[in-house]
Amino acid sequence: MVPMSVLSFESVGKRYVDTFALDKVSLKFAAGSITAIIGRSGCGKSSLLKICNGLVVPDSGSVEVFGAPLDYSNLPVLRRRMGYAVQRTGLFPHLNARANIIMLAVLEAWDEEAIELRLQELLQLTQLQKEQLDKFPHQLSGGQQQRVGLCRAMMLRPEILLLDEPFAAIDPITRIDIHRQFLALHKAEPTTAVLVTHDMREAMRLADHIIVMEQGRVIYSKTTAALKQDSPEQDPDELLQSLLVEAVQ
Amino acid sequence: MRCRGTFLSGFSACILLAIALYTPLVNSSSAALRVASKTFPESYILAEITSQLLESHGFKVERKTGLGGTLIAYEALQNGSIDIYPEYTGTLSQAVLRQPNMTRAQLSSALASRNLNLEVLLGFNNSYAIAISREIAQGRNIELISDLAQHPDLVFGFSLEFLNRGDGWPVLKSAYQLPQHASGIEHALAYRAIESGKLDVTDAYTTDGELDAYDLRLLEDDRSFFPGYEAVLLTRNDLPEAAAVVLHSLHDSIDEPTMRSLNRRLADENLEPREVASQFLRTSGLVDGPATVAFTGTAQRIANYTLVHLKLTLSALFLACLVAIPLALSLARYSGISRSLLYVTGLIQTVPALALLALLIPLVGLGEAPAIIALFLYSLLPIVRNTLTGIFNVDPLLKEVAAGMGLTPAQQLWKVEVPLAVPTILAGVKTAAIISIGTATLAAFVGAGGLGEPIITGLTLNDHRLILEGAIPAALLAIVVELLFEGIERASIPAHLRV
Repeated sequence: MVPMSVLSFESVGKRYVDTFALDKVSLKFAAGSITAIIGRSGCGKSSLLKICNGLVVPDSGSVEVFGAPLDYSNLPVLRRRMGYAVQRTGLFPHLNARANIIMLAVLEAWDEEAIELRLQELLQLTQLQKEQLDKFPHQLSGGQQQRVGLCRAMMLRPEILLLDEPFAAIDPITRIDIHRQFLALHKAEPTTAVLVTHDMREAMRLADHIIVMEQGRVIYSKTTAALKQDSPEQDPDELLQSLLVEAVQ
Repeated sequence: MRCRGTFLSGFSACILLAIALYTPLVNSSSAALRVASKTFPESYILAEITSQLLESHGFKVERKTGLGGTLIAYEALQNGSIDIYPEYTGTLSQAVLRQPNMTRAQLSSALASRNLNLEVLLGFNNSYAIAISREIAQGRNIELISDLAQHPDLVFGFSLEFLNRGDGWPVLKSAYQLPQHASGIEHALAYRAIESGKLDVTDAYTTDGELDAYDLRLLEDDRSFFPGYEAVLLTRNDLPEAAAVVLHSLHDSIDEPTMRSLNRRLADENLEPREVASQFLRTSGLVDGPATVAFTGTAQRIANYTLVHLKLTLSALFLACLVAIPLALSLARYSGISRSLLYVTGLIQTVPALALLALLIPLVGLGEAPAIIALFLYSLLPIVRNTLTGIFNVDPLLKEVAAGMGLTPAQQLWKVEVPLAVPTILAGVKTAAIISIGTATLAAFVGAGGLGEPIITGLTLNDHRLILEGAIPAALLAIVVELLFEGIERASIPAHLRV
């Protein structure tokens, strides 16, 4: 059975002055899968992610979300069905962790009980301590901030989850913990996740599908399983290096 | 939103305070005759004589002393903000009507057509004169104004009014072909500047009581340049008949030596205008019985000045917040427009306060209205600038996240950008408040009162105690406001977000 697609790109192009951020990219993201988009800085992976939620508008091609062309006149509603977590967490410094996490639910006028219930679920999945909720972001460790950011992105039970290098600034040991919690979260609530990263280890650990980008183009797209089968013992960093070299040739 | 809640409640507290301050002062002036003066001692004395005479006949009088210049006083009289003020015929024909060489009859009818009346001629002539220190005059043998042409090294400093008026320095310079350049100096400071040798020549009045005290002599106007300046009481035509009759008893009641001695007593004996006026009215038999001048206690007086001052400042600040913050917030998205807004508010800031006040009088009259409007206009820049800066400086990543997670533009503004900008906005409001407290001292020039009243009166009468009566509370007020805002900041903004 071919999984249904909730997010797809058809020949999408985006140009900044004289460089292609995206050059005729066509992609389908399978529902409930985790797709990692990997590449060097400036390869277009961040633009691709921001095109998904309308922060960047493409010059050409079409984007389909939830089975319909992306409706730019209705972005806030669509975006609330797509969780968004970014590098440096993007937590609002004037709000404590709780207020950050529940902000959208409050705006959606959820009742208090529903909010509390959902909060408990998320805390459990991300193993965030309840005491941390009353702290401001700057009072939390990097790992705690990322977990709060993840909880915020998942609060409304989005169907799509967009992650822009959210785990980049965390020490390797904590990162493994967070990866584990992220996978637990995804297992419990299988969203269609798009993870932008430059870390091949992370991509292979988390994603079902790996897409490598270079100069605005997709140069490699395969399932993680297939990739591991092709080069079973290779170090992930070297693997990425060889994929990029192959593409040039 | 704890932040915004406290900010708003602090804001509404300010509104309530402004309203509370406003109420008791609104109806204080019902049916009182408003007697004004300009900012020189003789004008204070004449206004005080007029006021006390009216009071002794049972009229209620409101004093509007210390109006900042002829045009301000004249405009105020014309638009009914005041009823009476002492003026001089020469000033009226030259500086106001701009028709020199008018006869008194012509002047009277010209004023009558403007619904003004100058029937009460007080009896003395206070012409402009040129004063020089006796030492220099004798040393260089200078007796006539025309002698000055031979001494181009003399330093000239004139009051701003004389420096610029139609019958003042520019015309005098060409009439006598004087080579010197003149700079402006506050009249009350000019004599001291001469005494200390920094200035040689200034303008003076023929009835100036301080001439002897500073050992100055008047130069003879050998080309009859200065027109007559007969002192008059200028009134509105709608002055109650009974009051007009009372004022008529002042007709021809003060000759030049009398006026000079009244002026001298004010300067030398450290008396206040009300005391000089009271003694004059009794020795001349215009008023019987013991002096009944009501003396307000110093503390009470300072409290009143301070209350008025606070009221002016807070009203202006409140209005400025009401206009500037929403304006800046709604325009912050459009960088071109918000930049023009900054330019415009910056431009307002460059208009000198007195000029702005003078421009406002024909439009809104005298008193609190022009003062509050001027302070309001001056408060716009710091508030607009800080509001825009606060919004512009919000971390772009946070703006992107706010949009990306699905906040509407309004929610992005109110839930993220404004709360993060509040510390900067608050700092702007604080700056505006402190600037206003300082600037509000100029409100006294348009009869709005406040702590500027003792400062300006003190400057005019050379009374240090009076100057301090205004200056110290103003400084304290600035400090208190600073502390108050620090308190609001502490209460409403988490420590890590404070500016």
